[in-house]
This record gives sequence, C-alpha cells and structure tokens, in this order.
Amino acid sequence: MTWKEVEIEIRKKFKKRWKRWYAHSPIRVYVDIDTADLLEWGHFLIEKVSARFITASAMDTPRNEIEILYHFAFYGLPQVLSLRVCVPKEKLEIESMARILKGAEWIEREMAELFGIRFIGHPNPKRLLLPEDWPEGKYPLRRDP
Amino acid sequence: MTIGKKTFTRSLWVYHLGTGSCNNCDIEILDCLTPRFDIERFGMVLVGSPRHADVLLVTGNMTLKNIPRVKRVYEQMAKPGWVVAIGTCSLDHGIFRESYVAPQKVCEILPVDVYVPGCPPKPEAIILGMAQLISKIQKQS
Amino acid sequence: MSEVIPVGPYHPLQEEPEFFRLHVEGEVVTKLEIELGYNHRGIEKLAESQTWDQVVFLVERICGICSTSHPSASVRAMEDLGHISPPERAQYIRTIICELERIHSHLLWLGLAGHFLGYNTLWMWTWKTREWVCDILEKISGNRQSYAMFKVGGVRRDIAEEDIPWIFSTLDKLKPYLDLFYGAVMDDPVLHARTKGIGVLTLEQAKAYCVVGPTARASGLEVDIRKEDPYFAYPWVKWNVCVEKEGDVFAKVMVRIRELYESVHIIEQCLREMKPGPIDAQVKELPPGEGIGRAEAPRGEVYHYIVSDGSNRPVRYKVRAPSYVNVFSNEVACVGYSLADAVLILAAVDPCYCCTERMTVIQKGVASSIQWKDLIRLSHEKTRRVQKRIGK
Repeated sequence: MTWKEVEIEIRKKFKKRWKRWYAHSPIRVYVDIDTADLLEWGHFLIEKVSARFITASAMDTPRNEIEILYHFAFYGLPQVLSLRVCVPKEKLEIESMARILKGAEWIEREMAELFGIRFIGHPNPKRLLLPEDWPEGKYPLRRDP
Repeated sequence: MTIGKKTFTRSLWVYHLGTGSCNNCDIEILDCLTPRFDIERFGMVLVGSPRHADVLLVTGNMTLKNIPRVKRVYEQMAKPGWVVAIGTCSLDHGIFRESYVAPQKVCEILPVDVYVPGCPPKPEAIILGMAQLISKIQKQS
Repeated sequence: MSEVIPVGPYHPLQEEPEFFRLHVEGEVVTKLEIELGYNHRGIEKLAESQTWDQVVFLVERICGICSTSHPSASVRAMEDLGHISPPERAQYIRTIICELERIHSHLLWLGLAGHFLGYNTLWMWTWKTREWVCDILEKISGNRQSYAMFKVGGVRRDIAEEDIPWIFSTLDKLKPYLDLFYGAVMDDPVLHARTKGIGVLTLEQAKAYCVVGPTARASGLEVDIRKEDPYFAYPWVKWNVCVEKEGDVFAKVMVRIRELYESVHIIEQCLREMKPGPIDAQVKELPPGEGIGRAEAPRGEVYHYIVSDGSNRPVRYKVRAPSYVNVFSNEVACVGYSLADAVLILAAVDPCYCCTERMTVIQKGVASSIQWKDLIRLSHEKTRRVQKRIGK
C-alpha cells in the first residue's frame, strides 16, 4: 500500500471526522481527534491499513487538560501518523487502547503512574516503573503543584 | 603481611551490583575479564553470589527501587569486605543529579573504599582502581 | 519461602535488573511475569531541564550499548522539527558510527549467547574481536563507549583522512573472525539442537506485541527503520535487510550474524564515498512545534518525540526504546519451553534492560528462589546432554 492509498482509505472511513489534520512534513502527520473515536481509529489503522503501534506520549498543558498522542507507523512506509486526544484534568480518564492491542499495555501503565490518567478497561493497571512506596497522587511528569 | 592479608590481596573475589545504570560501566567491568585486559591473572574472579565476595563493585545511580536490595546484598557479603564505586553515576549521579528517583548517592548507602570516575571508566582505569584497593588493604592493619 | 536472592554478574547486561517470575509445572514454563522499574531514572523529566544541546548527551546515557541510536533519533527529531538538512559528510560519518556500534553490540550479544550455551570460548573470542571495533570508535571519537559525536545539524568531530586506511585494515582483520563465528554457528549440531525451535515468536504474536528490530525480523516481519524511513547515508549505499522466518532463537542468531556482514559492507562504502566538506549546519535555534525522530538501534526502533516552544529547552521529551516492546514479547515466547531454555529465550531479544537480576520460580503455587547462575548451569547441563546424545 502506498501512503496515498492509506490516506484515501482513512478519508473514506472517517470522512472529515477529525478536528485537525496537520502534515508537518510528507512523512509526519498529526491528526487531532475526539476522545470517543480513539479505539475506532486504533482498530482501523491496525486492521485495515497495516499500521504498527509505536508508543503513546502524554503531555501536561497549561490549558487544564492532558494531551495524549498515539503514534502509529506503517509497515513498508516512512510515514508516522500521530493521533492526538485531549483529556480534561477534572475527569482524567480515557478508553484503554490495551483492550484491543497488546502492545499498548505497558505504555498505558506508565502514563497512568506518571500523569495520573485512568485507562478504562485496562487489563493490568499496576505500577510499571515507579517504586511501590511512591506516594499516591504525586505524578512526576505533571507540572501543576 | 599476615596470611589473611596475603590471601585477600592475591585473590580478591568480586561481585558486581548494578543499581540503575546505563550499562556502560557494567560492560567495561566485564571487559576486564576478556583476553585483552584479563583481570583473572591478578587472581580476581567474578562470583555469582555476594556471600562469596570480598569486594562489591557498584555501578549506577542507586535508584529508589534498588536501595533495599543493595542493603541486603551488602549485609550478605562476608566481612571484611570492601566496596568500589565505578563510574560517575555511582560517585555523585553525574548527569542524573536532579532525577526524582535517585535522591541518595551510593556513598550515603554503602561505605565506599575506592571511587573510579569515568563515563564509563576504561578497563585500565578499573584495574588501576582495583590496584589502589589492594594497596589500601595492605596498608590497613 | 519466597526470599529472593540477587543473582550473579555473569550477565553482562546488568543495566536494569528486571524481575521475572516464572511459573513452572515440572520443568516447563507456563507463565512469565515481568516487573520493571529498577533502572527508571526519570530521563524524560530530566530532559525538560536541559538545553537542546545538552539533551543529546543525556539521551546517550539511556543505554550504554545502543549509545549512538538514541542521539541519532534525538538529532533526527530536532532536525525534523526545524526542517534542517545536515551536510553530506556529516551524514556519512553518522552512518559509520551507527554501524560500528551495531557491530560491537551484535558481537557482544553473540558472546553472551555463547556463554549461556556453555561455549565460553565463543564469549572470549567475540569480545576480543569487539575490542578492535572499540579501538576504531576510540580513534574517531575519543571514547570507547559514549561517543558524543552527534549534534543538531551535524557531527562534532571529523574522521581524519590519515585514519581511514587504518580503519580499513582493522575491518579487514575483523572479517575472517566473522567467517569463523558464522561457521561456528552453522556447523555445530549441538547449537542447532539448543536453539532451533526454541522460543518461537510467531508472525501474529510479533504483530500483536508490535515488536521491532532483529526480534521482529527473525519472525518474518520486515521492519528496519533504515529502509522504511531512510536517514543519514543509508539510502546512498547498497545493503540488504536480513529477515528469517522461523521466529526461534536460531533465527535471531542468524539475523544478527548476517547483519554483521552488512554493517561492515556499509561502513566500507561510506568511507569510500565520503567527500571532503563541512560537517556542521551551524544551527542556532529551534522553532516551536513538534518533532519525531526514529533510528534503528541494534535492538530495534528507537523513537523520540519532542515538543518545543521556541525556547532553548524542550517542553516534552518522549523516548521509547526498542526493548520496551521486545521484552514484553517474552511473555509468550517463553511459554511451553523448559527452564533450561529460559535463559536463552530471555536473552534472545537482546534486552537493553538487564535480563533478570532476580528470579522466582513458582511451582504449583509455591515460590522458591532460584539464581540466574543456576539457570545458566541448567542451560550448560542441557548442552552437555545434547552433546552426548549427538555423539560430539
């Protein structure tokens, strides 16, 4: 599959159901989507256009929300597609991608303990990296006090 | 020199303990075993258990998760025993000075006898450190 | 009793003591649990207080053995952010350093695999040849392990013209040894018996766990960032991606040995085709935005994601090392094989975190402690049994 074909498939499936499609370069694409659509996008990318989940990254923002990016590569193509979802800090929870994809398990556990995000339906929501006696409620990568 | 001292300085058995390092120092320690540097000609052997060790070679930042384990290993080591801190991380954290998971230095947890700086220290430097340890043992009465 | 005794240092990859819990029935592993965190040093948080220039030094120390791959991905991410193109000579030099590191890492791993199998001679010989590669790196960069060669827009040091013939002659010295190791692996029936059909990761499992690097290529997944998302001088030289289909430990060994030959070939082409010129694009600042950098470490894909607000420090720095996904795949690769094979399977993904500082074996719900050196001893005993059976 070429990147053009991948784009056509994505546009056919999702029409314009995204908030923003930004191509920083021919091989780096960022798509801002709604939180509710995340699992549908993940399933479509993996099953229909041979994507590979690379990792996910969360970031604290001054806008009172946490931005999470799910990064996908494509077998045989140089492109990276990053899906951006924003989760409000008052209700810091999102559907877990690990429910449909084994490779997302560990990174979601890491984001949960470093940012305090709750991943609904995660198969194994234990601590991953921080020590057992690390105090609850203290998230190292959050910037608010 | 007493017999005890003769035995120690002629064949020190070392146990390697990594406490949150990037592995460079650990590879260089193992490099000392390989034919080019061959630390075994000095009688030094890497052992599999701290109970058999005379010297603890510590590398790494002493991350929080490692502290109880390191203390237990040190207790298991038969005394008299010595500790050698290898690499900048085990000296004073180096580039990881402000990390949130490494609040204490190795020398605050264990009594260090010899420091070998470097990132990573070359095998020659590690051998020099061991030689300094041997002369320190010889001077101790 | 479930007291855990720390295990021995015959394991060179003491980078991160991972804690593995093996559930066994008799001699067969039925489940593997992995616990991490002993090596977590908070690098992503530290990166936020470093300048862009300093960050490259920080990420170099994420892992000692892939200490070029993280700076590669880092400078690629910054160059992606700022749409910067480094000069040609810098790209060639970067490629040479990356491939030298790949050779030294694969030789290291080969020695380790030999040690676990009971072939200590192989361990000593591979690490002896590895010293020559470290000598080349020391000649070029000044250090055997952390090279500090990379910066945004270029490299810090040039390769002197008078050193190049010496580099060629050292690589020529290396080649007969590569043939020796290849022959040793291909001709030894005991090695075949110990590694073929062991620790199989099927293609579907490889896709589900999103594995990368030689672990993926050994299972038939052709994923190599150097070909997929070409960078540095890789698109300018001729080389092949090494793929095997079986997914067992033997396939992983073969992928790495074949890659050794490819790496030597790439370095020689780069040294010949490199032309004199500048090595630094003199980047002064980075614009606000996001950047993504990927590189092919000896273990697989390294992924860096950076966010900048136009100042001289990152707002967010995300790192994903290849072992993060590869080690997780051990969960399925170990199941169904014997305890004596466990050490080989766990090491076959070439973990950048330490593969087991402590181990607990759970038999019928009762945990008992076992040391890493006991597992190695089990592996050596199995090798001797196989040798007797084959009549070697």
